[in-house]
Amino acid sequence: MSAAAVHSLWTTAATAAPIAKIDAPKIEYGQLSPSLIVVGAALVGVLIEAFVPRRSRYYAQMLLSAVALAAAFAAVVALAADGYGTTKAHIAAMGAIAVDGPSLFLQGTILLVGLIALFTFGERRLDPEAHGNRVDSFAAQAAAVPGSESEQAAVKAGFTTTEVFPLLLFAVAGMLIFPSANDLLTLFVALEVFSLPLYLLCALARRKRLMSQEAAVKYFLLGAFASAFTLFGIALLYGYAGSVSYATISQVVDGTVTSVDPALADTMGNDALLLIGTAMLVMGLLFKVGAVPFHMWTPDVYQGAPTPVTGFMAAATKVAAFGALLRLLYVVLPGLRWDWRPVMWGVAIITMLGGAIVAITQTDIKRLLAYSSIAHAGFILAGVIATSKDGVSSVLFYLAAYSFVTLGAFAVVTLVRDAGGEATHLSKWAGLGRRSPLVAAVFAVFLLAFAGIPLTSGFAGKFAVFKAAAEGGAVPLVVIGVISSAIAAFFYIRVIVLMFFSEPRPEGPTVAVPSPLTTTAIAMGVVVTLVLGVAPQYFLNLASQAGVFVR
Amino acid sequence: MENLIALLIAAPLLGAAVLLVGGRRLDAVGHWIGTLLAAASFVIAVVLFAGLLGRSGDDRTLIQHLFTWVPVESFQADVTFRLDQLSMTFVLLITGVGSLIHLYSVGYMEHDERRRRFFGYLNLFLAAMLLLVLADNYLLLYVGWEGVGLASYLLIGFWQHKPSAATAAKKAFLVNRVGDMGLSIAIMLMFTTFGTFAFGPVFGHVTDASQGKLTAIALMLLLAACGKSAQVPLQSWLGDAMEGPTPVSALIHAATMVTAGVYLVVRSGAIFNAAPDAQLVVTVVGAVTLLFGAIVGCAKDDIKKALAGSTMSQIGYMVLAAGLGPIGYVYAIMHLVTHGFFKAGLFLGAGSVMHGMNDEVDMRKFGGLRKYMPITYWTFGLGYLAIIGFPGLSGFFSKDKIIESAFAKGGTEGWILGAVTLIGAAVTAYYMTRVMLMTFFGEERWKHRATAGESVDGHAAPAEHAAHAEPHPHESPKTMTIPMIVLAFGSVFAGALFTWGSSFLHWLEPVTGHQEGDSPLSTWTITSATFVLMLIGVGAAYAQYGRRPVPAVAPRGSLVTRAARRDLLQDDFNHVVLVRGGEHLTRSLVYVDHTLVDGVVNGTAASVGGLSGRLRRLQNGYARSYAVSMFGGAALLVAATLLMRAV
Repeated sequence: MSAAAVHSLWTTAATAAPIAKIDAPKIEYGQLSPSLIVVGAALVGVLIEAFVPRRSRYYAQMLLSAVALAAAFAAVVALAADGYGTTKAHIAAMGAIAVDGPSLFLQGTILLVGLIALFTFGERRLDPEAHGNRVDSFAAQAAAVPGSESEQAAVKAGFTTTEVFPLLLFAVAGMLIFPSANDLLTLFVALEVFSLPLYLLCALARRKRLMSQEAAVKYFLLGAFASAFTLFGIALLYGYAGSVSYATISQVVDGTVTSVDPALADTMGNDALLLIGTAMLVMGLLFKVGAVPFHMWTPDVYQGAPTPVTGFMAAATKVAAFGALLRLLYVVLPGLRWDWRPVMWGVAIITMLGGAIVAITQTDIKRLLAYSSIAHAGFILAGVIATSKDGVSSVLFYLAAYSFVTLGAFAVVTLVRDAGGEATHLSKWAGLGRRSPLVAAVFAVFLLAFAGIPLTSGFAGKFAVFKAAAEGGAVPLVVIGVISSAIAAFFYIRVIVLMFFSEPRPEGPTVAVPSPLTTTAIAMGVVVTLVLGVAPQYFLNLASQAGVFVR
Repeated sequence: MENLIALLIAAPLLGAAVLLVGGRRLDAVGHWIGTLLAAASFVIAVVLFAGLLGRSGDDRTLIQHLFTWVPVESFQADVTFRLDQLSMTFVLLITGVGSLIHLYSVGYMEHDERRRRFFGYLNLFLAAMLLLVLADNYLLLYVGWEGVGLASYLLIGFWQHKPSAATAAKKAFLVNRVGDMGLSIAIMLMFTTFGTFAFGPVFGHVTDASQGKLTAIALMLLLAACGKSAQVPLQSWLGDAMEGPTPVSALIHAATMVTAGVYLVVRSGAIFNAAPDAQLVVTVVGAVTLLFGAIVGCAKDDIKKALAGSTMSQIGYMVLAAGLGPIGYVYAIMHLVTHGFFKAGLFLGAGSVMHGMNDEVDMRKFGGLRKYMPITYWTFGLGYLAIIGFPGLSGFFSKDKIIESAFAKGGTEGWILGAVTLIGAAVTAYYMTRVMLMTFFGEERWKHRATAGESVDGHAAPAEHAAHAEPHPHESPKTMTIPMIVLAFGSVFAGALFTWGSSFLHWLEPVTGHQEGDSPLSTWTITSATFVLMLIGVGAAYAQYGRRPVPAVAPRGSLVTRAARRDLLQDDFNHVVLVRGGEHLTRSLVYVDHTLVDGVVNGTAASVGGLSGRLRRLQNGYARSYAVSMFGGAALLVAATLLMRAV
């Protein structure tokens, strides 16, 4: 290459026309308002940490977060009512964000989940008061070394980590953007925006701090590892299509692309890039939903994290990540479905079976629920694979149903306590039904919903997903799904049997009387579980209306 | 007028609900509520009947659509009622005889402390039976079918404190279950064959179905009919069902419910007409049962069981006639109605006798009762003359028509069936004369029975002494005798009324169709032969029971007699073949279940558990091994995706 040619790469002849004015990007603030409200509130939350006196911070943060989440939810409802979920669905923010049915449905779900999770975050009556100060589930001072004098001093001073509230809001903001991202870079940024606060939150448990910190480090390391794969996959896809925009990539896949960037003409359309890039990108998302074999972090992190965080993470992360996966597979890669479907079949099968089988021998309730969430990820994958409109709507419904059950179940776990904090070992739950029939009954409802027993939301969701999968030609997958459900039913029912048909232990745990916050969270879980179970049709229709992606 | 149809069912249903839910506070008036609502239903039936008579023959079908019951894609079941001449006939019989028997029960059950509940069950029965005959599709009919089964179960076991009654109820229920399976399978077959089970569409599309399917449906319907109508081989429950209170035996196990099988066959005539093989089986079942029941009736000393054998035999006549197709449908139903009158009358008479004789049922301990209960004697006597086919009375007309139709079937079959029905007529005359003579004539064997009883068993317990006390036969109260008198009128005149100008034939023909049979023998020959055989039967019975004293303790009897006393070994047969066989089957199934199935299940559970334990070890807590697993997984994912493209 001649020097002049090289030079011309970064200079331009003076005779050429001057660079045209760069237009300011056009941003539809109204349509992005849910995410913007939450991000704004999170930033205000940071300011509160800086300027509001320590004593008032808890109340200020609670109020701010609750108002922000509620307002964002109201914005989602208003957008949906305005027809942005159906007729007015389009791509906003210069092609970065899709405002359509699935986006709004998932955003609404995430915001409600966030709101309920906020209630469990703010619960301050479960632990006995320490030095006259009410305490929540979070460490007094995150930076203090566990067991050190500074930690004791922090406890004595009545410190609380009110930073969890802005962290929660940042995570929610990332999750809101994640399923609606319409280009790969936005997707990646959203992924990091919601992952980083979660890593931090995991480390903040008040009790069993070492375990909590270990969980956080593991989550962070493995999450970073997975992010690297994701990013590499994005790079390969860019190499393939010459663009990170979903629309362009899908056009290249379909072979209907109009303009080709000459600089990328060599690699463009190279199927090896496409396939490897797809596999790596999908792997990153499968890590987030906890599918086998990318699930190993799940039990350790679920067990170590503060239980309110676990509940939030288990519910909201799954919703956001499946939303992103759906959009990727349905909008970007439908032309490639003959390649990814068989692979996803395999992933779904080992995820369903693996989660259900390993859960059988678990002895810790949080780990049990973690494996259960893995099995559920497999069931949802079965719906994803359907590649039909019913597949989308059934997955949307399942995610909504599942997230409320999960939140409720983990909220109940926070109630059962002994001297060491939450009594998560299963043997301690023996005979709980005799001692606290109401709590045990509520937990039994959640377990039955997990198991997919009729008249609970779990049944309606599972039925919808399996039906969509079967109609999509995945009958063997459904058969395996049903077998896994049977295996899974074993350990759910085992807990019920343990609670109701075993003698209570003399030194067994007590059930703490929660404040209205946790009570509300659990009640919401029960109500949604039963309503979606008894009369699912309205919500199925809603999910069905919301089941069309915009391209 | 259609709107009245639902009221027919609603009235007794309301009664059942009020009486069964109302509790003790209704004890004092419950029986009158029940009777009133039954009568109300009868009044509605009469109004509807008058309405139907006012229309022309082809325009007598009323349809009332109440609501859609099961709307599932092509599986559509409506609650729709069909009132045509066939169901109208049944409705009148059910509500008419039903109301009379309600009235009778007021007296009969006077001393029973659970009388209110009894009337509740009776009303429930009426509602279910009316639903059965008014349904416009087989699924709704099935509801009524099960409903009468339930009512029958509850009423047979009404005196549940008696183990025999409880057992009999269970037996009736279980045997009926076999028949019910037949009906449900028939409905399923109809649905798969025709895509519907409503009467109109099914009968309209019979020609579209293959012969094999039609025969299968017809045979399943026949199985159902056998269960409900106590036809061989599902006959064993009827005799035991006599454990129920006598009004129940009269209403359910003589006049109405047991004839539901005949209704089913006649109603499904379109199907049977197209399946001649099944029709032949129907006639065979009818012929066998008519002899079977008659023979059993000859040997029984228990008055109700003798009448039960007779019921079985008479329904055999009806089933046989129904199996003859359009030649016989009308006569089957005609005999059903006349039989409803005289058999209900006979049972009520038997109940009246028992009422006066301390609930004794053994005819060997009766005798000479005509002096003490004249009304019972006369009404029973008229029923007796009617059933044996004495010229001019109901049975004469209806039974002769069946015998004629049997001959008219033609060919060897016609001769065999005709002969069987003739022999049946003779045997009927024999056993009914026997009942009549042993009960109302001869020596008064119930006198001094207390001592006689002791001398036989030698150790009559003092507690039983009261029951063994010498009875004081007396006529029953008016609530009991009035229904008997009314039914006696029916026994005498119904047959003539129906035959006069072929009125019944013209009434029913639009629904069932009719075809005049071509009998090889003239009507006159058959009538004479029947009359002569009847006289022979009466004579034989008179020779045996009229001229000689009846022994108070049954003689040992011949082999046949002993077999007949044991219901021709039906229970022994069922025990050896079904019960023993069933026990062996269950035992071997349990063995298979324990060893094989449980083995597989436990083995699976153990291996899943073992797998779980092993997989769990992969979760070792080290982030490095997790990362390796992720890396391996990612590599697999990439490799698999590439492989899919390569394939």
